[in-house]
Amino acid sequence: MIMRKVVEGSIAVAHAVRTIKPDVIAAYPITPQTHIVEKISEYIANGELNAEYVRADSEFSAISILVGASATGARTFTSTSSQGLALMHEVLFNAAGMRLPIVISVANRALSAPLNIWNDQQDSISQRDSGWIQFYAEDIQEAHDLLAIAYRVSEDIEVRLPSMVCMDGFILTHAYEPVELFEESEIRDFLPDYNPEVYLTTENPLTFGALATPEYYTEFRYVQTRAMERAEKKIAESLKEFNEHFQRGETDLLPVHGPEDGDVLVVSSGSLVSTVKEVAEKLGNDGFGVKVGKMLCFRPFPADAMRKIADGVDKVIVFEKDVSPGSEGAIFSEVKGALYHSENRPEAYGFAVGLGGRDVPERVLEKLIMECIRGERKEGFHFGDVRPVREAIL
Amino acid sequence: MSVFIVEVRIHGRGGQGSVTAAELLAISAFKDGLYSQAFPSFGVERRGAPVRAFLRISDSKITKKTQIYEPDYIIVQDPTLLDVERVDAGLKEDGMAIINTPKRAEELDYGINTELKTIDATRLAIEVLGRPITNTAMIGAFAGATGLISIGSIKDAIMERFSGQMGEKNARLAEIAYERMR
Repeated sequence: MIMRKVVEGSIAVAHAVRTIKPDVIAAYPITPQTHIVEKISEYIANGELNAEYVRADSEFSAISILVGASATGARTFTSTSSQGLALMHEVLFNAAGMRLPIVISVANRALSAPLNIWNDQQDSISQRDSGWIQFYAEDIQEAHDLLAIAYRVSEDIEVRLPSMVCMDGFILTHAYEPVELFEESEIRDFLPDYNPEVYLTTENPLTFGALATPEYYTEFRYVQTRAMERAEKKIAESLKEFNEHFQRGETDLLPVHGPEDGDVLVVSSGSLVSTVKEVAEKLGNDGFGVKVGKMLCFRPFPADAMRKIADGVDKVIVFEKDVSPGSEGAIFSEVKGALYHSENRPEAYGFAVGLGGRDVPERVLEKLIMECIRGERKEGFHFGDVRPVREAIL
Repeated sequence: MSVFIVEVRIHGRGGQGSVTAAELLAISAFKDGLYSQAFPSFGVERRGAPVRAFLRISDSKITKKTQIYEPDYIIVQDPTLLDVERVDAGLKEDGMAIINTPKRAEELDYGINTELKTIDATRLAIEVLGRPITNTAMIGAFAGATGLISIGSIKDAIMERFSGQMGEKNARLAEIAYERMR
């Protein structure tokens, strides 16, 4: 039986976590993630979830607690945003290096300064080299569903890397939509219990993450990279199996929407993909062949799939909610990096939009896409929706 | 593609339950067999500050995630907002404004050119709830004025959201407002 309800995005995520049954949750509240861990603590208080809940004194402590818990073989969860994720930064590398399948729900939010509580994806994009798998949810349903996929891939013996499931703060965490919620019984069939072969006990003391001298360190980063390559295959398989099991969700690592023979490819991630699809459909009605590539996971980066969907297009346009000052948008760089190795290198345009919660209406995207189509934009990276500013240069 | 999609913007002040109003309307529409989506304007929540909440109702899955710039309907919970901002910005020509005010529509000198309906929701709320919380009155008024959502679903949604007497009183308030607007 399908349980379909109108719920807030954060509540859908908390519900998914309840059915996945982590053993240990450690959390520290931060906007716009707060409703997720609040609801989980309520489940535990009501006896609806039997887990150890630790109120940490910071995000650094929260993720550190999970590293310890995960090393003992526990299934673990936390959720955070923005400065909270930034404060976890050091420990994120530890979790990945120790090959601990921790899962975090990230409610994407801009980084300070200036202080801003609203949505962009700078927080998680900035963690790209930490060795964590990164998923980006297009809507609330996907934020809920991807949690099951994240645990399954992370806990797979061939992967054993942590995952973050990213959802746009406020836009998804605080919106209400009809969501098909997991039943505990159906999730059991898709996601087996986590029983690692190697784990810490008092009877069998082990060392995780000890000193690796130059003789050994490179090999640790190498095997993480190899595991990430296997994760790509596992994610693709898990998506298909999830779809068979639940009759919903994407079946491709890099789903494409729109005309297969479109000569413009627009790549985006998260909730922005929905708006881009609407614009592409409208432009299609006006006679322009625009297809949309949805970057469902940023790590591992689906480079082969990117080359495949860009094959034969004249122009690639990337819309993203992050920027690397001194360079360009991170997704744009990686899309171009992938396409360097393709035979027909299309023109490439990248735009930072929607930073710090600025809404990205259809008219903005339509205007930018049309400027690229008409050749009114220079190839390369731009701020897509910046207002005129006067810089004070002293 | 949607056969129909209706976009609603709710204007209120922090503490008046505008976000809850959007949520209750989304749940009610879903109970009527429609797709729905509700979300706040993501401000920093402060009591008394102008806030907006958004609602979409459709007969098919709603993919849009942007704020609403050209609403079909606006609901104004607090008449003092009319002095502060253009609540009717972008309101479609064939749209409708539903405003909480003791004034009759023709007495309201605000320059809204579309269909305009008024209801003294504050007074009704004080009479029924004993408190000037108008959100359930306004969603009842919306259902009555537009015919888009059944009052039965609205009452169910309210009873699920607020327990006991609070739920019953709010459901009654919504129904009174609904009848006034029909």
